[in-house]
Amino acid sequence: MSMYIEMIRVRFLMMLAYRTNYYSGILIYSINIGAYYFLWSAIYGGKEQIQGLSVAQMTTYVAVAWMARAFYYNNIDREIAAEIKDGKVAIEMIRPYNYLGMKTMQALGEGVFRLLFFSVPGMIIVALIFPVRFDASLTTWLFFFISLVFSFIVNTHINLLTGIMTFFLFNNSGLIRAKRVVIDLFSGLLLPISFYPDWAQTLMSYLPFQAISYVPSMIFTGGFVGQEIYKALLSQVFWVVILLIPIRLLWSLAKKHLIIQGG
Amino acid sequence: MFYLSLFFQYASQYLKTRLTYRADTIIEILSDLLFQAVNLIFIVIVFRHTAFLGGWNRDEIIFIYGFFLVPYAIFSSFFNIWDFNDRYIVKGEMDRILTRPVHSLFQIILERIELESLFGAITGLLVMGYAIMNLDITLAWYDVLIFIVMVIGGAFIYAGIFISIATIGFWSDSRTDIMPMMYNISNYGRYPINIYNKVIQFVLTWILPFAFVGVYPASYFLNREEWYGYAFFTPVMGILFFGIAILLWNAGVKRYRGAGN
Repeated sequence: MSMYIEMIRVRFLMMLAYRTNYYSGILIYSINIGAYYFLWSAIYGGKEQIQGLSVAQMTTYVAVAWMARAFYYNNIDREIAAEIKDGKVAIEMIRPYNYLGMKTMQALGEGVFRLLFFSVPGMIIVALIFPVRFDASLTTWLFFFISLVFSFIVNTHINLLTGIMTFFLFNNSGLIRAKRVVIDLFSGLLLPISFYPDWAQTLMSYLPFQAISYVPSMIFTGGFVGQEIYKALLSQVFWVVILLIPIRLLWSLAKKHLIIQGG
Repeated sequence: MFYLSLFFQYASQYLKTRLTYRADTIIEILSDLLFQAVNLIFIVIVFRHTAFLGGWNRDEIIFIYGFFLVPYAIFSSFFNIWDFNDRYIVKGEMDRILTRPVHSLFQIILERIELESLFGAITGLLVMGYAIMNLDITLAWYDVLIFIVMVIGGAFIYAGIFISIATIGFWSDSRTDIMPMMYNISNYGRYPINIYNKVIQFVLTWILPFAFVGVYPASYFLNREEWYGYAFFTPVMGILFFGIAILLWNAGVKRYRGAGN
């Protein structure tokens, strides 16, 4: 266990050493939030609310969704793909720890770093420029953070799966890109799931993606209340557990299937 | 002529390398398609909840997006210069480029082509076709020529902006993240300019003129006469920004001293 905590710490310190790279990231996210802010303002026009969200809630939704993304987003799929391609994964496999566990811990170190040095200052900047509301109650904040942890786990699971696919595809930069696009759309980062037509909502309720962004953002903006919060959190837990199965399966299959390309 | 035959040789070489990892190439093309589909889905879903976006209706917005895809596809096929600093300056590759018998910028363009991005242009044409059918627009024969000029203008604007930023590498080899930021800013050009505030409108028109890659030229084909002045300015902006980029590039090459060792 202490070994894994050490991995989190090392990754955190590594990110800290390159922290200047992240200041521009804050600006990039602010630019994106800005684009969607203007877009949504124009979409609302004079309307009081759409699908139960007011324009103020929508602005908050966009800002929170992007800043939460800074926490759950990581590139371990790319890292795994690179380590498989250059053969490093063979050495990692004989080391006395679980390779996928190590990757998850590194992702967590990165996530914690970004939460502190990216999301927090980013939120302050965004709140100064755009009419974002942070007056959520203490319990809302609490539920928000719980669901943020789950969204990190679900997203990391999906990244592990994508990374492992390199064993079978050899070069999977295309799949990694596709996955990113799918997550941006189906997770509710770009559009709240409640805006989709009913059939699409039903379809998406069978997919793990909305556990990543829609749930924490809706909890924060007050789009979910009472029972809905518990139901949403439960669905996140469901995906956290279920996604372990394909990871296990593919990983044991991959170990038998391992071909080191060069290295 | 020499440049042209060189171009085709590089292009065929590139296709060979891409076909080595066939499955990956196909997935990559599909993921591009998916990305374009996502943006379209966004527009379609948004218009389930509103009839107009800043005075533009659904099909007009779809047309603007379709138009944007064409110059953007050309840009991303031939001007992959976003990692110029890391790839050429920091690694010292620029020294090799300068020994080649063609213009250094052309050589880099050759080495970095990504022909599969051209599929985006096809998507763009299809999307525009769909919008035109719904909008009941009649096009004259010369509109095709105007379209080509506008597309080239738009691609030149993109290329001009990104090459200009890449030349920063000649003066400073420290890491900058301006490039990804530009990609994000460029997304603003896909939507009607009048939904933004005055400062952003000014920036998108005169400083980082991404509006000339989407909404301005598209408004010509949509018969939005209030924007015609801007629309016809597209090729001028293209030549202007590309020209500035070439000048900056040449000045930068003259200044280039190598990255050391």
